[in-house]
Amino acid sequence: MAVISQGEFRRRMNRRKLEGHIFHALCLLAILIALSMLGALLLNIASEGIMRVNWSFITSFPSRHPEQAGIQAALLGSIYVVTLAGALAFIFGVGAAIYLEEYAARNWFARIIQINISNLAGVPSIVYGILGLEIFVRYLALGKSVIAGGLTLALLALPIVIIASEEAIRAVPSSIREGGYALGATRWQAIWNLVLPQAFPGILTGVILAVSRAIGETAPLIVMGALTFVPFAPDSPLSRFTVLPIQIFNWVSRPQEGFHQAAAAGIIVLLVLLLSMNAVAVLLRNKFQNRLEG
Amino acid sequence: MVETAPVLRTADLSVYYGSVRVISGVTLDLETHKITSIIGPSGSGKSTLLRCFNRMNDLIPSFRMSGQVLFDGQDIYAAGVDPTEIRYQIGMVFQRPNPFPKSIYDNVAFGPRVNGFKGDLPGLVEQSIRRAALWDEVKDRLKESALSLSGGQQQRLCIARALAVEPQVILMDEPCSALDPISTLAIEELMRELSREYSIVIVTHNMQQAARVSDFTAFLMGREDKVSELIEYGETRQIFTTPGDERTEAYITGRFG
Repeated sequence: MAVISQGEFRRRMNRRKLEGHIFHALCLLAILIALSMLGALLLNIASEGIMRVNWSFITSFPSRHPEQAGIQAALLGSIYVVTLAGALAFIFGVGAAIYLEEYAARNWFARIIQINISNLAGVPSIVYGILGLEIFVRYLALGKSVIAGGLTLALLALPIVIIASEEAIRAVPSSIREGGYALGATRWQAIWNLVLPQAFPGILTGVILAVSRAIGETAPLIVMGALTFVPFAPDSPLSRFTVLPIQIFNWVSRPQEGFHQAAAAGIIVLLVLLLSMNAVAVLLRNKFQNRLEG
Repeated sequence: MVETAPVLRTADLSVYYGSVRVISGVTLDLETHKITSIIGPSGSGKSTLLRCFNRMNDLIPSFRMSGQVLFDGQDIYAAGVDPTEIRYQIGMVFQRPNPFPKSIYDNVAFGPRVNGFKGDLPGLVEQSIRRAALWDEVKDRLKESALSLSGGQQQRLCIARALAVEPQVILMDEPCSALDPISTLAIEELMRELSREYSIVIVTHNMQQAARVSDFTAFLMGREDKVSELIEYGETRQIFTTPGDERTEAYITGRFG
């Protein structure tokens, strides 16, 4: 004898199935709304800006004449600043994560540090701009330069890289470390030869996320004094610079229709840059994963 | 039978996790080139005891011990002894096969490499895999990932990996508990083979296995206060046929555990 009668079970079953279908439909609706927003955005930008995207747009400097304005200074500025920020955040972020996961004692002090790193990841980016202005531009006298911009964005990316790297390192099973120790490996050898190679794909994911965020940042760089009109390519780490989002913002705020088209074209360039940087990182990650899993 | 000096001895060994004592006063001599099994109910501290022999417990922050563990007459917990050096001489095979996510070759070469081996590495790798009775199955695929092997093959690879640093003692922590019966048999045969050159200590919850492979058996069990102690230790045949303690007899006849 079942706990509910067969007729009752059937009636309820229909209702249960209906609930399932409704839930399914709601989830589908959610993704459709998200995708259509994104689609509308891309269409809007593409229709306005695509005819401006050509070689001369990429190689020209900004101009008072919208049809002659180009993006070279901002594109190079973005690439330099973000590459510098990514490299610094990678080195210091992974180092910090290794220390916290493998060396630091698990006590209240370590926990306070952990909590604060998580909080740092949520600090508004403009705060990092103020920090960068005070420390790098003024105190270290680096000026409003590529290197100061890279350092500022590295600070912004650092907590994200640390958190992702810690998670990746924590996900390496302790049996792998023990296996290494049991063969006479030192702690350093176990970390370098066993833990890091296995954690690397996860670490790279964190770096991708952090760099993707950094490349779209405008506020901290404006605060620390990046230029909005740069008719020259940055030629040294100490030269002044602008980045794509600032250039786009500048064009959008102009009254002429031509600059709006240039802004749309700039957004396309920014998206392509973002996607290609991500693609390289994803390829790298997959290559590593395949090598591990064989 | 030729009497040899014990390779490992413990003297009044007690283990604590934090302030909780888990093993009390174990005194035990493990014979050279013999297989000694450590048996006992779940939670009786078999693995904890085994991990005292290569200082693996050092990795647990709350671990403390008193008493002594002597390896070739030397106190391995004496001040100034580097656990890395102990682990180099006393190898370990774990409960679950834990090959590194590297090639078969690199797994076996790992130990010699980290210890700075400068000789014929390919020769050493081959010899170690042969000793672990795995060579014929992997000789054509040494560059493939170790994770592509079956569970039983992975465990033999882990044994080969341990052999490649030429330890004096091999500790095995329930090496067959994650394996099927055929792989288990292969590993047991291998252990008999290896015991000619190595001293082996095996933790097992499988009493038939202890009876089949080991020369000596140690029986651990928790007292009423949950602290484990060594109930009985002797030749395997004697332990399984004429146990001296009624708790041993109750355990091996399957009345509990």
